[in-house]
Formats: sequence, structure tokens, C-alpha cells
Amino acid sequence: MRVAFLGATRGMGRSLARLLAERGDELLLWGRDLQDLERSAADLATRAGRAEPFPVLALDLSAPDHFSETVAATIARLGGLDLVVITAAAFGTQEDLEEDPERARRLLEVNFANTVYLCELVRPQLLESRGTLCVFSSVAGDRGRKPVGLYGASKAGLSHYLESLDHRYHSAGLTVVCVKPGFVRTAMTEGLPEPPFSGEPETVARDVLRAIERGKPMLYTPSIWGWVMLVIRHLPRFVMRRVGF
Amino acid sequence: MSRDPIERLAGWGRLFFPGRERCPEDLREVSKGAHLTRGLGRSYGDSSVPADGGEALGSRRADRFLSLDQQRGRLVAEAGLSLRTMNRVLLPQGWFTPVTPGTQDVTLGGMVAADVHGKNHHVAGSFGRHVRELLLRVGNGDLVRCSREQERDLFLATLGGMGLTGHILEVTVDLEKVASGWIERESVGTANLEESIQALLELGERWPYTVGWIDCLISGAARGRGVIEGGAWCAAEAAPTRVPAQKAVREVPFVAPNFLINPLSLGLYNRFRYRRHGRRRRVERVPYEEFFYPLDAIGNWSRLYGRRGLTQYQCVLPRAAGREAVGRFLDRVRELGGTPYLVVLKDFGEQGEGLLSFPQPGFTLAVDFAVGAKTPGLVAALDDFVLALEGRIYLAKEAFTAPERFRAMEGQRLDRFLGVCRQWDPDRRLGSRQWRRLIGGGPRAADPADR
Repeated sequence: MRVAFLGATRGMGRSLARLLAERGDELLLWGRDLQDLERSAADLATRAGRAEPFPVLALDLSAPDHFSETVAATIARLGGLDLVVITAAAFGTQEDLEEDPERARRLLEVNFANTVYLCELVRPQLLESRGTLCVFSSVAGDRGRKPVGLYGASKAGLSHYLESLDHRYHSAGLTVVCVKPGFVRTAMTEGLPEPPFSGEPETVARDVLRAIERGKPMLYTPSIWGWVMLVIRHLPRFVMRRVGF
Repeated sequence: MSRDPIERLAGWGRLFFPGRERCPEDLREVSKGAHLTRGLGRSYGDSSVPADGGEALGSRRADRFLSLDQQRGRLVAEAGLSLRTMNRVLLPQGWFTPVTPGTQDVTLGGMVAADVHGKNHHVAGSFGRHVRELLLRVGNGDLVRCSREQERDLFLATLGGMGLTGHILEVTVDLEKVASGWIERESVGTANLEESIQALLELGERWPYTVGWIDCLISGAARGRGVIEGGAWCAAEAAPTRVPAQKAVREVPFVAPNFLINPLSLGLYNRFRYRRHGRRRRVERVPYEEFFYPLDAIGNWSRLYGRRGLTQYQCVLPRAAGREAVGRFLDRVRELGGTPYLVVLKDFGEQGEGLLSFPQPGFTLAVDFAVGAKTPGLVAALDDFVLALEGRIYLAKEAFTAPERFRAMEGQRLDRFLGVCRQWDPDRRLGSRQWRRLIGGGPRAADPADR
């Protein structure tokens, strides 16, 4: 499979990219920091048993003006696209974002508007190849919750878009996988208070790979979070106003 | 890695001390100003515990392969890459670490820092012999590439330097080409210590990998009986083409009660193990994990020792001390009331290049003990025994040695090592709890919650 991957250098993206490389996919990495990308490209190539590192192209989620040329260059380089994975996103605690509205605006832009724009740019190619679009949203987008209001809003919008994409294009052959990870122990979440049912990035990566293979439109991972969110989605407002999560 | 909610850290022996761990992906940046890096926490004592009860950087998320030269087998990788992953990824490509310790749950950086040795020490030396270059974040904050040609002193001090010369960020090492994922193993059941040593040396002439497990709970004529084995990689045509898949690890689900490991249970275990093999010579083909990492099948096995924790005493008795020294060492352990369960016996080849590298020509013995009130006295007496023979101890296992005995064992080697440390880390920013205990000084004051 020809895969374009945004977010392969870190956390869950790194784990997932490794599984894709090990099963023999043809990867192209997108990211901001070319030096770091090249290190990950070399890592993935060694895991795939390839002599040459995978190609990389600069793509910054906060600079949407360059998206279309990068996507065009990617398609030219890989000769098409079968899978696009986006795990990259911005994160900030509610406190930090409320204190800095400019940062909140950038996060909303990056996580929602720019991510959706990128998806729209690759959609025609994926439709043509009857490919898969796998995007990491979050359980934070399932319910308006105190500690993740702004971040959650950006992810709620993203989940909504991905759901509609599935409804609209499933019959045309496009597979959409919306991944909603719960709390996962990565360098990004290190130091945050750890809730119960925390997962490891390797577990998430295995779940996501299975979802991609089976064309599952929406995935909670680790799977226990499906039940956790089922409960949280149904808690009445007076409870949500009181509790801290 | 062991971590609990009130921020204590421990090594493999589960002796807990104040401290916490942070595992960044960009170790190169975050290491600036940090005091200590730790890998997977497999050293037994407090080598990977911060001196000040503060933060240690865990390297395990800095775990990328950076390049592999398929012709020469030269690997460059980030220091947090685990041996388990290396084996899984590289064995199917025909490459194996030139030297492996008895567990694959270690990082490349840890293998350099402890200058680990393995069953092939008599022919291949320790891991450091195969390391070509290192990238370090030294104590003064600089990034330094060192090798035998460039900043040689720093390079040699880092092999076996317990991570105290700098944060090890990248490792370049020459791998060994292997033809399969299987080992041809010859094992011999022996009747007593003399036979065990004889078998070890004899097998060492024919096999690149050798080791002995001997029973030291049994006394009298059968003392030191055991199973001695030798092995070599199977040729491609003599083994299945597929590398055997790595076995799932079964975790010990909870910390066992202290009484589980006692002389009776260990004696029974030893008898069972010995009887199962019997006094015969066996040749068989086994998966590489079964040969190199039998204990890895049980994750967290040190929990079996209970809350009191575990220490391992590993020393080397120089060749000049003769074979009889091995027997006298075992007698000494018994006299002191230690209850060693399995004792691992191995002959060492050449001295490593590392300034503090452990191996030297002779016999090495490794004995596990449950920790108790008697442990410091036991270790002191064994240290005296080793000192008298001009042997030395392995820092990756050490937890109870007294500073003056350590200095007496290491003498000039230690002075030279400390000279290199002073050069690259004039303000002594780097340190571990073990280092503070053995050498003194290091980052900030002592924590009040000492054992």
C-alpha cells in the first residue's frame, strides 16, 4: 500500500507507522521538522528491511497554503495513494488555552480547519484508488467536558466531519477510519494526571491497524474507552456540571 | 522499570528509593542539564536511580534505528532501542548483537554503560569491544561524538562507565552475521564442582557460547554439580528458515510473599532442575530466546523475591587465583549463611577496554540473594574475599558494597576514570545514587529518606 503519514515521528503515530512499515507498506512521511522526519524514515526503513530510507516531505499543519503542492508531490512520488494517516494535532490544557486565546485560535485552526482541509485535498485521490483515510480524533470530542473544552471542540468538529465523509462516500469506495484514543501514555501526556484505563501507544497502534484492515469507520482504543464514553455521553447535564472530568 | 504512585524508583532488585522517571522522545534536547539517564532499569541496585531523589530521564522512547549497513552490519541507533526490538527486527535480516546479556529487556545505551558480557565472553569479549562510536551529552552540556580515534579517553571511560561520563544518545555498533534464529546446544550434567569447571573449559574450546548453572545449596561431594552448556548458531541448512517468533511474556501478577523463596523451595527447585537434565550429554536445537533469555519468559520475576527485594553478587576471580578459588568462594558463601539458589559460572576472556569495564580473565560467579538484615555483612565479607584475590565486582549488580572496598578493588582504574569525568563534567552534574554511595559528591545533597 502507498501511504502518506502525518505524525509518524511521535507517540501513537510512531507506533502505528512502525506496524505499517513492518507489514511492507510504501510510506511517505509528512511533518514539520525534516531532520527528525529523516530519522524516523530511517528507523521505519530498517524495520521494513529496506536499504533506502522512506521519502519525506515538509508539511506543517499550521501552514495550509503549502498543503496542495505537498499532496501533489506526494502523489507524484508514490504514483498514487491508498492510505492517508493523520495522527498529528496540537494539544493544550483548558487552563493554558483560556489564558492565551491566540493559542486557542491556532489550536482550533490546526486541529479542525486545517486537518479537514488536508483531508479534502487527498479525498479525490483516495476515492480514485478506493483507499482509506485514517484520522486520529479523540474521546475528548464526544462530550463537552470541563478539562478539555476547547481541545474537545476541535476534535468534536473533526469527528463530525469524518462521520459525514463516511456516510457520503462509503458506497463510492472510500473507507474512513475515525480513531478516538482514550488516555494513552506517551511523551505528550507524561506528567498529566493519569486516569484509569490508560493505554500504551503500541496497543493503540495494533487496534488501529486492525480497524484499517477491516475498514471500521470509528474506533475507540484501548477498547474499554468505548464503554467509558458510552457512560459519559449519557450522563445528565447536572452531573456533568458537578464532576471534574 | 518500576514506578509507584509516591514517586520511588528501583532497579531490577526492587530496592526502592525516592525518584521519578520522565521518558522523552527527544532525549538529545531534554538531556541538557539532566543528571542521569536510565534505560529499562535492569541493573539490580541503584545504578539507575537519581542521586538526589529527583528526576531520571528514561531513554526507552528514544528508540529509533538510524541506519544499518547491510554489508558490514554496522548499526547506528538511538540509545533507548531495546535489545528485544533489535532481535525481533534484525534477526530475520540475519543480524544479531555481537554480545548479549542474559536478558533482552535492556537498551543499547544500558549495554554500553554496563559494558555487558555474555556467554561468548571467552571469544568475543564484552559489548564495548564491538562499539565503534558514541554520541554523548556530557555533563558540561556539550554534544560530543567519541570513538577510539576521537576523544578516546571519553569513549573508553563510557564503556562500562555506568552512564556517568555523559548521557548516551546514540550508539554505533558492529553486529554479527548469523545464519538462522536457532542455536545448537550441547549440555552436560556434572557431578561436582571440579567436573563443572572442567566441562565449562572443555565446551569453551568447541563452542562460542558457554555458561554453567551450578547448585550450591547441596553440600558435600556433590557441591557445585550442575548443568553446563555450550552453543552456536545453527547453519542455515540445519535449521528452519523462519526465525522463531518471540514468546509472549507472562508477568508475575503481584509481589510474592517473602517466604516463597527460601532454602527449602530453592533446594527443591535446584534438585528438580538437575534431575530433569540428568547426568548425560545432550545435543539439541533450540530457539535463540530459550538459549539466551530463559528467564525473560517470566516478566518481573524479581517480584518472586517479595517486598524485601533481591540483590545479585557478581564478581570475577582472576585466573591467577586458580580454579580452587571458585570452590573457596562457594564455601565462603555457605559459611556466611547466604542461601544462593542458582549460581551462574562463566569463564572470562580478555579484559575489556573500558576504564571501569568489569570482565577480566578468570572465572565469574553470580549469586542471587534475597535482601535481609544480614545482606550488607554478607556482601562485605564476600568483597573482602574478592579483594584478597585481586578480583572485582560488577557495578550493574552491585547495591551493598562499601565505598572503601570499592576503591580498594578499583584503585588506579578508578582514578583514571574520575579524571575523565572531571574533564567533561567539571561541576559534577551527572550522578546516580550508586555513584554517590560509592564515590560521594554528585548532584545536590543527600536525600533524607535513605535506606
